Amino acid sequence: MSDATIITAREMGVVGCRRCTQVWPQGTETCGRCGKRLQLRDHKSLQRVWAWWIVGMMCYIPANMYPMLRTRTLFTVQQDTIVGGAIELFTHGAPFVAAIILFASVVIPLGKFFAIAYLAISVQRRSVASFEQRHLLYEVVEYIGRWSMIDIFVVAILSSLVQLRTLAAIDPGPASLFFALSVIFTMLSAQSFDSRLIWDVQSRDKGEAQRGH
Amino acid sequence: MESRLPPQPLPDLIVCPQCDAAYKLTRPEHGERAVCARCHTALITPRSKAGLQIIAVSIAIVVLVIAATVFPFLTIKVAGTQNSVSILDAALAFSDGPLIALSLSTAALIIFIPLLRVLLALYVLIPVVLDRMPAKGSRKAFRLSEALRPWSMAEIFAIGCAVALVKITDLADVSFGPAFWMFAILVVLVVAQDNFMCRWTVWKSLDGLRKPERET
Repeated sequence: MSDATIITAREMGVVGCRRCTQVWPQGTETCGRCGKRLQLRDHKSLQRVWAWWIVGMMCYIPANMYPMLRTRTLFTVQQDTIVGGAIELFTHGAPFVAAIILFASVVIPLGKFFAIAYLAISVQRRSVASFEQRHLLYEVVEYIGRWSMIDIFVVAILSSLVQLRTLAAIDPGPASLFFALSVIFTMLSAQSFDSRLIWDVQSRDKGEAQRGH
Repeated sequence: MESRLPPQPLPDLIVCPQCDAAYKLTRPEHGERAVCARCHTALITPRSKAGLQIIAVSIAIVVLVIAATVFPFLTIKVAGTQNSVSILDAALAFSDGPLIALSLSTAALIIFIPLLRVLLALYVLIPVVLDRMPAKGSRKAFRLSEALRPWSMAEIFAIGCAVALVKITDLADVSFGPAFWMFAILVVLVVAQDNFMCRWTVWKSLDGLRKPERET
């Protein structure tokens, strides 16, 4: 790592705008270019991360317990939860689609909960675990979070398309709402995270060595 | 801001918004990328003629969004009964009871937010590319466009489509309407438009608004 040569804005006594990267002297309140509030570090960041995280988790539980889809054919009515629907697909010879659904609706959301929790805890404990890997993890979480909405869109397409009067109909179940909320809340949780905090332990050690502060 | 002189920006520096590393600003050549050495966030990614390209692509997106929303998107046929839907129908599928909120947000995520972002980009970029003063409220517009970025989900809807199609092909005959192909092109254009744009360059050009106040 070439980190020995890197000086942070905090050490230089300046503050960078997180939206437009304009640099201002420390103590400037809002960015004169884009109007964003300038904060050297967002100290309420972790509180917001945990708040959204908990709400997201609370929505994720009913999302898995209630049915996502209600399929009505001539003689039967079938209600499928997320996992149940995926298993159904798997046994009906579409293992690839089942894998996409499972990946997007179970693996990604759960992985995201763990990843965000890990990042927040590691920052709270001033972990020195690889900064680069944790930053990468953060970027992956931010990027991949939106893709969990796939399942909602699948439900939307299916339930608008398959409306064949008496023959067959697919209707969305209550889980769809909870699942969408869970995705939105975890996205907000990831967005609240101030990724500069990951790197602070490293910079602080160096800063202390230099200034004896 | 009230009693003292307004704070002066430091135009020779750039700070990585993701990890707070500070660098001396050197503008990369067209086609090059300035990347944070510590966390590898792309800071400046200029492209030659990016402005014009983005405007052209944006106009195409506006036309396609409007067309793709109204034309039939998919048609399903089972034993003589058929049903065809547009994207708007799909977005508004959750229409009963509390699910209506989900309907509205789905419509926003796949149609209105992508459309709004493109319109905002046009509003911001057209004066800049024509070397005029930035339009009134440009910075607010670009700010909104950036804030909406994670919530524009057209490409995710496209993958959702693919999954839904596989799910019902053995249940019924599905045929594609014109909107399906428009939407396919649209998704590629939306992603391209987003990747062409160098945020730093746009903010830099909007800076011109404030020039009279500064001494540079």
